Amino acid sequence: MPVIAARSVHKSFGEFEAVRGVDFEVARGEFFGFLGPNGAGKSSLMRMIGCVSPVTSGELRIFDLDPNVDGAAIRSRMGVVPQTDNLDQELTLLENLVMYGRYFDIPRRECRDRARELLEFVQLADRADSRVEPLSGGMKRRLTIARSLMNRPELLLLDEPTTGLDPQARHVLWERLYRLKEQGVTLALTTHYMDEAEQLCDRLVVMDRGRIVAEGTPRGLIVEHSTREVLELRLLSTTPDDIAERLAPIGERVEVLPDRVLVYAHDGEAALASVHQLGIEPLASLVRRSSLEDVFLRLTGRSLVE
Amino acid sequence: MSATAVDDTITAPALRVVPGTLRGAGRMVERSILVYRRTWLIIVSGFFEPLFYLLSIRIGFGALVGDVQTPNGPVDYAVFVAPALMASSAMNGAVYDSTMNIFFKLKHARLYETVLSTPLGPSAVAIGEITWALMRGVLYSVAFLGCMAALGMVISWWALLALPACVLIGLAFASAGMAVTTYMRGWNDFEFIPAATLPMFVLSATFYPVSSYGGLSWVVQLSPLYHGVALVRAACLGEGSWGLLGHVTVLAVMTVIGLRVASRRIGTLLLT
Ligand SMILES: Nc1ncnc2c1ncn2[C@@H]1O[C@H](COP(=O)(O)OP(=O)(O)OP(=O)(O)O)[C@@H](O)[C@H]1O
Ligand SMILES: [Mg+2]
Repeated sequence: MPVIAARSVHKSFGEFEAVRGVDFEVARGEFFGFLGPNGAGKSSLMRMIGCVSPVTSGELRIFDLDPNVDGAAIRSRMGVVPQTDNLDQELTLLENLVMYGRYFDIPRRECRDRARELLEFVQLADRADSRVEPLSGGMKRRLTIARSLMNRPELLLLDEPTTGLDPQARHVLWERLYRLKEQGVTLALTTHYMDEAEQLCDRLVVMDRGRIVAEGTPRGLIVEHSTREVLELRLLSTTPDDIAERLAPIGERVEVLPDRVLVYAHDGEAALASVHQLGIEPLASLVRRSSLEDVFLRLTGRSLVE
Repeated sequence: MSATAVDDTITAPALRVVPGTLRGAGRMVERSILVYRRTWLIIVSGFFEPLFYLLSIRIGFGALVGDVQTPNGPVDYAVFVAPALMASSAMNGAVYDSTMNIFFKLKHARLYETVLSTPLGPSAVAIGEITWALMRGVLYSVAFLGCMAALGMVISWWALLALPACVLIGLAFASAGMAVTTYMRGWNDFEFIPAATLPMFVLSATFYPVSSYGGLSWVVQLSPLYHGVALVRAACLGEGSWGLLGHVTVLAVMTVIGLRVASRRIGTLLLT
């Protein structure tokens, strides 16, 4: 029985359709990702899964329960990191966690123990009695993550959890999330960061304008939708209009972006040699492996991070 | 970390709603206590307000006005007016708590958004916040009554019944206030609140018996505060009658409607 099962789920805000029929299943213990550009509908979907936003049409089941009927029961087994922090400004860090645990009916003493432990976990123990307001953006994010673990969730929803974190904090968080996964927690994550999705997710869907445009494992998606390597070329400050045509025979596919040209080829170095043979002298060139970014570009014609 | 906080058994929601909601409401109160533990001085400062009120009628204009005729005979003007001030103060406290405070948490602090992502629902939020407003209200009412007694304005032990009467006033106005607040678009809209409470203050048989309004006494009946004043005054003057049940009913209906609207609106505003 999947932890999350969505069948033809739609979400409308008035006339506007933010989610236009998505189907997917997340299995127990899986780390599942939602990748997509701004406005793709990731947060709208997360809020529906979080039972704080009614499904407009279609069927959504979480723990095999219906959010409309058993919202409270579902929420009690789930942890949520919303996209924008909504910490309790009138309480200290420790109190934020303790009070949140209390909303789940966890005994006070247990709340305090867990809160201390989680502050340690997100490296904020020394700020336990400080107010929330003076914290930096990244610290608030970490506190929100700690808060989402207060009820020891079976399912953790993370809406861009690492936005605003410095690289070190990000890696620490990845490691912690990995540990949760090992303990059997099911995780659903949205992100703009390809490396994050590639690193963490067992399986992911790529969303664009309210639809799922691809689904698979990070590796599988790359194999399916891109070449093994990519040659990135930085040309003159203004890219000549006919460049795509001239480069076309070299790779399987050419993408002209505002600041660079991507040539998709099985062998990047060989492609570069061919570029030189054509008499094109790039200012800089780089051969790299294909990433989810390329998959995304391929599927939507737009880049993921602008 | 795979253990669950709440057991997995799902019972029919209809059976769980009431106890669950009340427990959730208790959590909201717990939070308020946690917050106000640090700012208890604000609460204490509120105690001085009744004292000023009452002194002003005792040594102020109360001294200029003679006795007031009531069905049970004449009473001193200060004794007549003090219960009305007590009722108004209960109204003002409840309105303040349920409008400004709630609006802030709803729109700016996004507190309820957080709470609704836990097992708590909109009714738990509404009931919890109103309960807290009432708890503060009771403290103030006790202080008010204490001041009245100290200034010799209490003439019977029945006056203790003014406390539950004030709780009912608080309940009715906090529920209505919260319901109204969910419709407010910005801080500007709060200007309408005094526009509603001030006329009520004047038109609720506060300073004159309802008989002195003559042909306009039906207008007085329309003011919810009037029904509160009538209850508190009856308690303080020790004038029990079956007619009081009518006043209780008005305030009870206001409470039920207010609570319904408030919890439904919190749901529609936040669970989009
Ligand atoms: N409450 C709302 N009312 C109206 N429109 C909304 C609401 N919430 C989201 N939308 C719209 O739905 C679309 C999808 O928004 P959503 O927040 O789900 O995107 P997202 O994929 O999370 O984007 P981002 O990466 O920027 O967080 C957007 O066009 C947004 O304007
Ligand atoms: Mg989003």
